Amino acid sequence: MMSSNVGIVSRLKKRKINEVVATGKRMDGRGLEDHREIVVKTGVLEKAEGSAEVRFGDTWVLAGVKVGLGHPFEDTPDKGVLMCNAEYTPVAHPTFEPGPPREDSIELARVVDRGLRSAKVLELDKLNLITGKHVYMVFVDLYVLNYGGNLIDCSALAAIAALKNTKMRIYKVKGDQVELTKRTKALKITKEPVAVTMVKIGDSILVDPTADEEEVRDARLTITLDEDGNICTIQKTGTEGFTTDELKKAVELTTRKAAEYRKHL
Amino acid sequence: MSKRKKKKKTTKRYDGRKPDELRPIKIESGVLPNADGSAYIEMGRNKIVVGVFGPREMHPRRLSKPNRATLRCRYHMAPFSVDPRRSPAPSRRDNEISMVMRYALEPAVFLERYPRAAIDVYAEILEADGGTRTACVNAASVALVDAGIPMRGLVSSCAVGKIDGNIILDLGDYEDKEGQADLPVAYMPKMEKVTLLQMDGILTVQEFEECLNLAIDGCNQIYEIQREALKKKYGLEEQESDE
Repeated sequence: MMSSNVGIVSRLKKRKINEVVATGKRMDGRGLEDHREIVVKTGVLEKAEGSAEVRFGDTWVLAGVKVGLGHPFEDTPDKGVLMCNAEYTPVAHPTFEPGPPREDSIELARVVDRGLRSAKVLELDKLNLITGKHVYMVFVDLYVLNYGGNLIDCSALAAIAALKNTKMRIYKVKGDQVELTKRTKALKITKEPVAVTMVKIGDSILVDPTADEEEVRDARLTITLDEDGNICTIQKTGTEGFTTDELKKAVELTTRKAAEYRKHL
Repeated sequence: MSKRKKKKKTTKRYDGRKPDELRPIKIESGVLPNADGSAYIEMGRNKIVVGVFGPREMHPRRLSKPNRATLRCRYHMAPFSVDPRRSPAPSRRDNEISMVMRYALEPAVFLERYPRAAIDVYAEILEADGGTRTACVNAASVALVDAGIPMRGLVSSCAVGKIDGNIILDLGDYEDKEGQADLPVAYMPKMEKVTLLQMDGILTVQEFEECLNLAIDGCNQIYEIQREALKKKYGLEEQESDE
């Protein structure tokens, strides 16, 4: 998949990035395995049941969690529904335009969603109210407010921070009806997956890429780990491949970085 | 005129404000690094971020105007901004508000300076609490200035309404929904012109005039807050262009 802002980084800049990375440094002075400053704020919205605002340098993502009532899927009539949606707002970058979701915003939502789902972040069978009829719906909406690269890690961290912050209204089952009560409870989170994205530029592997680095990258790899160190999701994109040695190194790097990201939760 | 009447009848508003009191407003400009201009506003519990891009090339080009720039506005609510969650797809309401926002702002911008160009104003509602369109206009005019786009003056906006027979300034969510009338107004204090005017509900002609005057008072107060936000960022001393 192509990056969203193809064409903005000039060929000169591209060459410079490649040269600098080859010497083990980066344009913004970081080492290859250093991430930018991470800021996590939770409970930033009142109307959403849970919310979090996460920044990785200039990248800024707001996650809002809404919990409501809905119909279960036909194949899982006794399970609640968790849905993750991402939106590239047009304020986030000059090349982002209003309109239906783009390919990369769908990928972003799906990679974050798979992380949450595979790690079994929520006990979906406990979010059942009346089998086949009423279940809790948990929506995680990721709102990209400023694009500065590495949306996946930023969004995944925002999603889990917002879920941890969620206080949901309780519905009560009365016969075959449900009614909303005034009581609330914290949404129970059983696992906390964290995503780590790496890009390959030449022969080097970098973490937390900036927008420019993402644009010139040859390949990209995202690995999501839960707190026990299990791998929950992998997503590889880009026109180049990884050698098995590189992949082993990437997993080892992910383990280290995930622990660092997790400190912000 | 109706002051005495108001005093007698007025019980406190649901959030404890006086009838002619605005909600607390906080405006910050330059919050989005990628936008040419931006502003974040908190007006009561409304939380809105506005980004301005341009003047830039117009796409599709056939829509560009040979003698002036085209101002495009987009009002969009985040799915988590209201209860219950709403779909991220734009609604009819969003489209209409985008339009009235454009008409509210257009008179303030020297569009004739940028033939064929587009100026895009994107408002993202992160949390809605009644009066989002007025808050959007307030933030958008600060963001346009932040983008360095020449303007005739700032546009300030607030709503006035009627609830339980009382005329009140700057309706909150509850007052918006339960009230008898809602009259959003945008006003350019410098040009003394009303650039946005809508209403729903029922008002007598007298009440309408009272509402309009109250709204303009409110806009004048907001105008000062907008100026403070810009001064804070650009560190301007007293402007010579004071009224």
